[in-house]
Amino acid sequence: MLAARDLAFGYGRAPVGRDVTLDIEPGEVFCLLGPNGCGKTTLFRTLLGLLPPRAGRVELDGRPVAGFSRAAFARRVGYVPQAGAPTFPFTVLDVVLMGRASRIATFAAPSPADHAAARAALETIGVAHLAGRRFTEISGGERQMTLIARALAQEPGLIVMDEPTASLDFGNQARVIERIRELGARGIAVVLSTHDPGHAFACANRVALMQRGRIVALGPPDRVLTAGALQRLYGVAVAVAWLEEAGRHVCAPSIAETGRIP
Amino acid sequence: MSGDRAAAAPARVAVALAWGAPLLLLLAVVLLALGVGRYPVSPPDILRIVAAKLAGLPSGLPETAETVVWQVRLPRVGAGLLVGAALAASGAVYQGLFRNPLVSPDILGVSAGASLGAVAGIFLSLSVAAIQGLAFAGGLVAVALVYAIGSAARGRDPVLVLVLAGVAIGALLGACISLLKVLADPYNQLPAITFWLLGSLASATRGDLFSILPAILLGLAPMALLRWRMNLLTLDEEEARALGVETARLRLVLIAAATLMTAAAVSISGIIGWIGLLVPHVARALAGPDFARLLPAALMLGGGYLVAVDTLARTMAPIEVPLGILTAAIGAPFFLWLLLTARQGWR
Repeated sequence: MLAARDLAFGYGRAPVGRDVTLDIEPGEVFCLLGPNGCGKTTLFRTLLGLLPPRAGRVELDGRPVAGFSRAAFARRVGYVPQAGAPTFPFTVLDVVLMGRASRIATFAAPSPADHAAARAALETIGVAHLAGRRFTEISGGERQMTLIARALAQEPGLIVMDEPTASLDFGNQARVIERIRELGARGIAVVLSTHDPGHAFACANRVALMQRGRIVALGPPDRVLTAGALQRLYGVAVAVAWLEEAGRHVCAPSIAETGRIP
Repeated sequence: MSGDRAAAAPARVAVALAWGAPLLLLLAVVLLALGVGRYPVSPPDILRIVAAKLAGLPSGLPETAETVVWQVRLPRVGAGLLVGAALAASGAVYQGLFRNPLVSPDILGVSAGASLGAVAGIFLSLSVAAIQGLAFAGGLVAVALVYAIGSAARGRDPVLVLVLAGVAIGALLGACISLLKVLADPYNQLPAITFWLLGSLASATRGDLFSILPAILLGLAPMALLRWRMNLLTLDEEEARALGVETARLRLVLIAAATLMTAAAVSISGIIGWIGLLVPHVARALAGPDFARLLPAALMLGGGYLVAVDTLARTMAPIEVPLGILTAAIGAPFFLWLLLTARQGWR
């Protein structure tokens, strides 16, 4: 549904990446891995139409993204940004209601149907009990869940998540990954970036490795996420092993060999 | 459905707080303001005079009481309501748009810009309409400058940049105002300029009210219509756009609306600081951050607060205390208290 063709992206005159071609299938979970500063966030911003491409095209359902109004795009594609500090103490329900913006006329306020959709989204993500709490006073994990619920309230076919597990504790990371799997199972495609290759094994149908602004490998996790590929990507020795108790592959850097930064 | 009913009770309390508390306060303040002064009039008499005047019948009360309430105090109270409401509403909008609860028309340089425009108008002996027009243009240029500097200085704390840019632009405009004061005719223009810069409702007439009412309503209309969209504009720019909001257009409309309101208010009252900073905070504490509730609360509290302060200004001492002095004397300590005790959500 969302596709990039020979995409080059960056800010102003500074190119960040190029030659990116990918096509997100409906209902798939697509995971983007890459070291800090390789251009993941910039690529996402370009895919979301927030940044114009420097070359190539971004297409949604076969039509160039630039041709969509912001509202028409938001009805098809949701976005979960990295949770920043909010300025005003809106309630969690108010925040999720904002996800309905693309379905509410400019001069109108949310209808009972919008309230129902927002509550349903909170229910689906399993945080309905937070509805009346202030967004400024809940934990980082709860904020992330709220933002995912907000994206869900957009009723999109695809949700883009920029490092949804960043700065979450161990348990909350697992909870977020679980929700992402569930979204995929409901037929909502998810594109996410993460710093933990284990997350890709846990939830992704396809994974792309990004290095210095280019996609260097793309395919199913067990084909792409080899010890050699991860070592080339991150510059540290990585062990990839099947963990019977978890029922999936896990990745661990060999700390003893990471003394030097290449 | 019991969950819905349980949720409805706190919601009703919230609505009562958002609407009821400011409305009661406002009515009490207006009655008080119409009654107190060198010639006191009791609340029942005030109501009788106002009702009789509106109906065009004699009230049966002394003519002096009628004149004092209807001719002298009512226009002044009306001006206080309009100016206070306008300053508070535009303060609430600026705070939301700039995602910063500490900005206000003063800090962003709007007031200084509007002052320079109006002082230039007085200096050039222009008509009242032209002075108001210049005040509006000056305010808009000042906000645009501060905003442009704020967005050009990326990568640093945007709030700090905005506030510092506002301070710098304000100082620059202040220097221009001082220059005009030095050059102004000391007998005709200087008193008008000084009086204007200190802020006062003493000379507000019924004609003034009708001359700024259209501008204030024109500014209020987009705020009321966009009451829910306004919440989305308090988000990060890209976040709002990803949610489907055409931010640039809405932001421009709302900044123009808030600046129009501020300039209209300033054009009849002169510079009255601190209301645009203080009142939205109190309104937010009462009504919450949802702009659909914040806006009416700010309007009522702003109007009520200015009428109260103005009443104090004309009754507390044998001579009238300039308004700007009083609002600063109340506002600055409140601001400091806010800085020292601010909770996370209030920042």
